[in-house]
Amino acid sequence: MAGGGEVKLLGLWASPYVMRVQIALSIKSVSHQVLEQNLEEKSQLLIQSNPVYKRVPVLIHGDNISICESPVIVQYIDEVWSSSGPAILPSDPYDRAIARFWAAYLNDKWAASLRAIAAADNEEAKEAAVEKAAEGLALLEGEFTRSSCGRHNGKGFFGGDCIGYLDIMLGCFLGWVRLIEKLDLVVLVDESTTPGLAGWAERFCSDPAVRDFMPETGKLAEYAKKFFPKYKNPKMLL
Amino acid sequence: MADEEVKLHGMWGSLFSKRVEMALKLKGVPYQYIEEDLTNKSPDLLKYNPIHKKVPVLIHRRNPIIESHVILEYIDETWKTGYPLLPEDPYERSMARFWARFVDEKCLPSAWKAACSEGEEREKFTEEVHGHLKMLEEQLRGKRFFGGDAVGFLDICASFVAYWILVKQEAAGAEFLTESKFPALWRWGEEFKGCAVIKETLPDRARLLASLKAYLEIMKAPK
Repeated sequence: MAGGGEVKLLGLWASPYVMRVQIALSIKSVSHQVLEQNLEEKSQLLIQSNPVYKRVPVLIHGDNISICESPVIVQYIDEVWSSSGPAILPSDPYDRAIARFWAAYLNDKWAASLRAIAAADNEEAKEAAVEKAAEGLALLEGEFTRSSCGRHNGKGFFGGDCIGYLDIMLGCFLGWVRLIEKLDLVVLVDESTTPGLAGWAERFCSDPAVRDFMPETGKLAEYAKKFFPKYKNPKMLL
Repeated sequence: MADEEVKLHGMWGSLFSKRVEMALKLKGVPYQYIEEDLTNKSPDLLKYNPIHKKVPVLIHRRNPIIESHVILEYIDETWKTGYPLLPEDPYERSMARFWARFVDEKCLPSAWKAACSEGEEREKFTEEVHGHLKMLEEQLRGKRFFGGDAVGFLDICASFVAYWILVKQEAAGAEFLTESKFPALWRWGEEFKGCAVIKETLPDRARLLASLKAYLEIMKAPK
């Protein structure tokens, strides 16, 4: 099929997983239609194209192809539109393995700790969740330092000079990270604890492939109130 | 060349570890195998996998690679001219990756929950297992293997369904996968286990059964 055929994305503006796909499509300059989904009243199209998980994102390519699960979708985009724009995954097999390892870590372990902070309804639970999330970020800080050392100014991205797979897998959470820092009065990514990631986060959020998709904090806060009851009551946060 | 040496830290009964052995053998890549005692992990294992401290860990060119799916893709990409593990077509590759994740995220946990529970709870979890197996079975679509005419990435990642699940159901006295309920999956499992490379890699059944029975006893014991 190599790039031919209409592309549709079943998405949700607040979802970090959907953002991963939007960033990938943007890097590859793939024109596509976004069909915003309502997860409280799932559309027939969503249920039909993702019968296993019934969740976003889903990439629909042409008439017959539906791809589900953001890491699978991003790799699909990288492979189908390989001749358009920079590569998303690194070219070296070992570098690819490292990127995929960290992506699995983020999906299987770290994302849950972030969610746990938002869901925590008492100080003890919140602290425990923050500790876990901070542990993960310290590991990623280490990985950033390792991968950027040797680059002339230690800056750039996990992927090098351009945004790559691991940048996308982690960076998609920054909107929620900033929101949680603000509402829960915690520090996750900053100059003192994670200096490498702090600089990286700024560069990531202002990258042309990313900036249109990073949700605005105020709008995200309104959305968060629906799923995390404590955000409805500001008194609970202090 | 010592640098090209491949080492694998694994465990005899671990389905994750066996996936890597299957892949290396299909590719014809010689490797040194190091059996890990998971109750007494080697300093090397802890050094190479400090985050998860688990097997399998593949060492190649002195670099550690972790997570069985990640290792399999690494093997496929590094030894490109050998036996192909993943399909060429991007859509087929996506399907292989998606269903491999499904096995680990859905089939494995539901089978464990069913095996460790009893009565009504076990009935509920067993229904979940059946639902997952049905979805996976539909992916065969009359093919000999998930990979087509030959064993591929998804077949290896689904080896739980060909072998471990049968031993687990016997250990637990449960019924997850039978020939009558899932004829296509059953047939696939028999073909898969019949392949020489797979047959010689699978752990000894009696030993696995005893080990799973002992583990289930511990899980069920009142705390």
